[in-house]
Amino acid sequence: MAEIVPLKELAAQVRSGMRVAVPADYCGVAMAATAAIIANRPENLHLVCVPITGMQGDMLIGEGLVGVLETSAVTLGESGGAPRFIDGVRKGAFRLMDATCPAVHSGLIAAQKGVPFLPIRGIVGSDLLKTRTDWKIIGNPFAENDPIVVVPAIHPDISLFHAPEADRFGNVRIGRRRELATMAYASKATLVTVERICETSLLRDEDSAAGVLPALYVDKIAVVAQGAWPIGLWGEYPADAAEIARYAAMARTPEGFAAYMDGFLRRLAEAA
Amino acid sequence: MSAYRGTAQDYSERELLIAIIADLLDGVRHVAVGASSPIPAAGAMLLRARNEMSGRERVRISILGSQEHNFFTNGGVEVFDCAAQGRIDAFFLGGGQIDGQANINLVGTGDYPRSDVRWPGCFGSAFLYFLVPRVILFREEHSRRVFVDKVDYVSAPGTSEGVARSGGPYALLTGMALFSFVPARKRFALRSVHRGWTAADVRANTGFDYDSPADPPQTQAPDAATLTILRGRITQELAETYPQFAEILRRARAAA
Repeated sequence: MAEIVPLKELAAQVRSGMRVAVPADYCGVAMAATAAIIANRPENLHLVCVPITGMQGDMLIGEGLVGVLETSAVTLGESGGAPRFIDGVRKGAFRLMDATCPAVHSGLIAAQKGVPFLPIRGIVGSDLLKTRTDWKIIGNPFAENDPIVVVPAIHPDISLFHAPEADRFGNVRIGRRRELATMAYASKATLVTVERICETSLLRDEDSAAGVLPALYVDKIAVVAQGAWPIGLWGEYPADAAEIARYAAMARTPEGFAAYMDGFLRRLAEAA
Repeated sequence: MSAYRGTAQDYSERELLIAIIADLLDGVRHVAVGASSPIPAAGAMLLRARNEMSGRERVRISILGSQEHNFFTNGGVEVFDCAAQGRIDAFFLGGGQIDGQANINLVGTGDYPRSDVRWPGCFGSAFLYFLVPRVILFREEHSRRVFVDKVDYVSAPGTSEGVARSGGPYALLTGMALFSFVPARKRFALRSVHRGWTAADVRANTGFDYDSPADPPQTQAPDAATLTILRGRITQELAETYPQFAEILRRARAAA
């Protein structure tokens, strides 16, 4: 059951070789926790991006901590391409598992349901199938001549995200970002950073309960104000576009990236 | 350069593209738009405004990643489920490369996986291209770099055989011209050329072969009523989700 811990203890849960699921920028990205994880230098992570990533994935790649990248895209949005990702692709720095958004969701939903795979429309004829040899085409067992793609269940060791609040019982408000619940259902452990802890149970009335991930699925919670910065957090604060642009410019070279990360890690250490 | 047609008013290239998109969307009830696609979003908003004013069907617009224009409550998967249920009529796709059979490449150039030029990735294209009936391919840059004979990587194929598919390419709109896609021939057909360009320009800047009438017409200019809605109501609506783009439109108007 969920336990409220210091950020450092939460970050220590992420260890070398683990499969870690992280959400897209619109869902609440645990950036402060990412800095704390980078400080521990877990290696050869298998990053599952649900279904895409941005600065968070680019940073972990740039730090050389990603061994496998499973994603439908990596982008810094308005700030353009993700420089460490692009450089890593060129150098073959990690194993690339390109995907398409609904296939990532399907893999997690299969794990949520405890079934080995889920069928999904489309994809046939895409070059994705040439390298995603873990995706198969089967015949629809209920109809003639209906080939359909099946994707295997995705079982992350850890899901990591940032949310506006948790209550002191460990229930976490996720609003309508339902993929956060899917990630948690599918994962062995779920780590959540939050802006604040509230004293009264988020499950006490029906209206708020609908948008809550129950403590049953949550393992560690750490309080970090502005924990998604410089990414925004839904309902709380917008993205710091100037800071993301600054990262995009600096991360074009390994030296610039190192200088940016130095400041990023120091700033977060001071805030802690 | 040929003379303007259909209106005495001047218009910008962006305004033309927005107006064409609204025409291409005519008849749809639900259109989904990507998060960083202000021109398609503006086209959809124009259609919605026009339909409202003429008492036609209501148009729903889902802008992915937007809080105000997003009525989904079941997370990121809902838009894909919605498409699979046949509830999304139109969507936009681009691509670093698009070929003559409407295959699109959102991944990169050269030998995969170590691409020379790497783009973000497939996003939902390998799914939505199959399931949304009216997919409009939109890419402003019209060059042989983008419009190639054969894409280096097929993120999503233009056509399929022997597999369930209810959607696919409908038209290709660029900064230079408008094409239709003819599924039976697996080819594009040039429909019209935008003001300032010739059929020879289009041929010279397109790396794939396509069908064309002997003398393709110039793209119909937006009429005065369209420009009025566009410069008033649509610019205001856009500002909520695409503040920078709305500002660019306003500034271009002020400078004109």
